[in-house]
Amino acid sequence: MKPARFEYVAAKTVAEAIDARSSFDDTVILAGGQSLIPMLNYRVAQPDAVIDINRVPGLDTISVDNGAVRVGALVRHRQLELSAEAFAAHPLLREALDNVAHIPIRNRGTICGSIAHADAAAEMPAVLVCLDGFVTAQGSGGERNVPASDLFLFHMTTTLDSDEIITSATFPALPKGSGYAFEELTRRHGDYAVAGICAVITPGPDGNCASASLSACGIAEKPVRLSAVEAALVGTNLSDDAVSAAAALVDDMVTNEDDGAGGRYRRQVARTLITRAVAKACQRAAQGRA
Amino acid sequence: MSKMHVKMTVNGKPVEGLAEPRTLLIHFLREDLNLTGPHIGCDTSHCGACTVDLDGKSVKSCTVFVAQANGAEVTTIEGIANPDGTLHALQEAFREHHGLQCGFCTPGMITRAHRLLQENPNPTEAEIRMGISGNLCRCTGYQNIVKSITAAAEQLASMKEAAE
Ligand SMILES: Cc1cc2nc3c(=O)[nH]c(=O)nc-3n(C[C@H](O)[C@H](O)[C@H](O)COP(=O)(O)OP(=O)(O)OC[C@H]3O[C@@H](n4cnc5c(N)ncnc54)[C@H](O)[C@@H]3O)c2cc1C
Ligand code: FES
Ligand code: FES
Repeated sequence: MKPARFEYVAAKTVAEAIDARSSFDDTVILAGGQSLIPMLNYRVAQPDAVIDINRVPGLDTISVDNGAVRVGALVRHRQLELSAEAFAAHPLLREALDNVAHIPIRNRGTICGSIAHADAAAEMPAVLVCLDGFVTAQGSGGERNVPASDLFLFHMTTTLDSDEIITSATFPALPKGSGYAFEELTRRHGDYAVAGICAVITPGPDGNCASASLSACGIAEKPVRLSAVEAALVGTNLSDDAVSAAAALVDDMVTNEDDGAGGRYRRQVARTLITRAVAKACQRAAQGRA
Repeated sequence: MSKMHVKMTVNGKPVEGLAEPRTLLIHFLREDLNLTGPHIGCDTSHCGACTVDLDGKSVKSCTVFVAQANGAEVTTIEGIANPDGTLHALQEAFREHHGLQCGFCTPGMITRAHRLLQENPNPTEAEIRMGISGNLCRCTGYQNIVKSITAAAEQLASMKEAAE
């Protein structure tokens, strides 16, 4: 038997799950189980209760509204990746999801679970940060929306209360005329990223950069917005020189020196990925594909 | 710790049993049902040796609790052979093309390939490699596994054509 003993609560409603969260000291939510069950098997996590939300009806819907995509707590990575409607509205999501683990894991793992788990190298939290998205959380204090900028605290830590459950995550629409790209480097496809870059670039009528949103995973203790790089890009003509100069500003944000990829190496990787992502986003904006 | 009553269909047969909530699907299959085809290599969703089909999708049975599979349809390597007992085209192809050496990864590899060929009956080499990227093999270097899956896909396509 691998995991330590726990109480198993198969919640039938979100309210039941919240109740269960408040009636034990230390609880975890079982969504796809692809991060949680390995931790239980290793006994790194030994919660009093595991609250399974897999049988709560209504949490597995993807809704598309004016280009924004909202995914319920039980939407699996693979379900969103294969959703034609979500892809048509928001192609960035599929591009990022293609980098998340591999198919059997994507068949189980959920987008909201990945956000709640908040691994600093995970892709979907970085996408949420890049797009200024938010999660909707429910707890004993009611329901609230938490913007991505207030959600991620540290590697594997969010600002949510211990009795709160993420019921959905909302990825806002790509701006009109923008181009997008998700670029990452891993040692093997499907591993967590050494570094990953999410970019959304909107050129103005003059071809200069009117707005830029960039975020990164893998480089710091949480997914981060690359504000300095964004500011340096806006107003430029997005030439190779301008993009390289802006990309160099990522250096100060690279604090992760783990996993055999030291700081200098990771800074170089981050710079290269930024130039690739911006180039791809510009190309797509030019083709009017966003 | 109170045990839970679980019921499911495994390789087409209804089965039931009592299990603690912390029982993983792989342990239930191996220890309660004596289906020791699916192997345990890592217990953390990394290696793919425990891959089974759960309601028509490949999953790693080391990261699913048996309680979550209550009511589900499960297929393991033991359910892959043809109904008359002859080997499935994938199993034949792995034998023919040396798709295995020690055999530890093979049950998961074939179960995954079986689902992959249902999702994509005519995969390219790149699609096969990506499709089995959640299954690790320490022996073959993958080349012969890819060859075996390609051969099986061709064999299944010609069998289908002959039947039409
Ligand atoms: C080999 C391997 C490779 C992987 N590679 C990647 C990768 O490249 N990129 C990547 O992003 N991920 C990767 N993952 C992780 C995978 O994407 C997970 O599915 C994901 O991180 C967690 O989602 P889950 O639904 O499985 O959550 P679970 O494992 O069920 O839960 C994870 C944590 O989140 C909490 N939680 C889950 N859902 C909610 C909710 N709705 N509200 C509040 N809390 C909740 C749980 O309490 C738990 O603490 C990998 C996993 C493995 C095993
Ligand atoms: S034992 Fe399940 S993936 Fe390795
Ligand atoms: S044949 Fe030995 S691990 Fe694959």
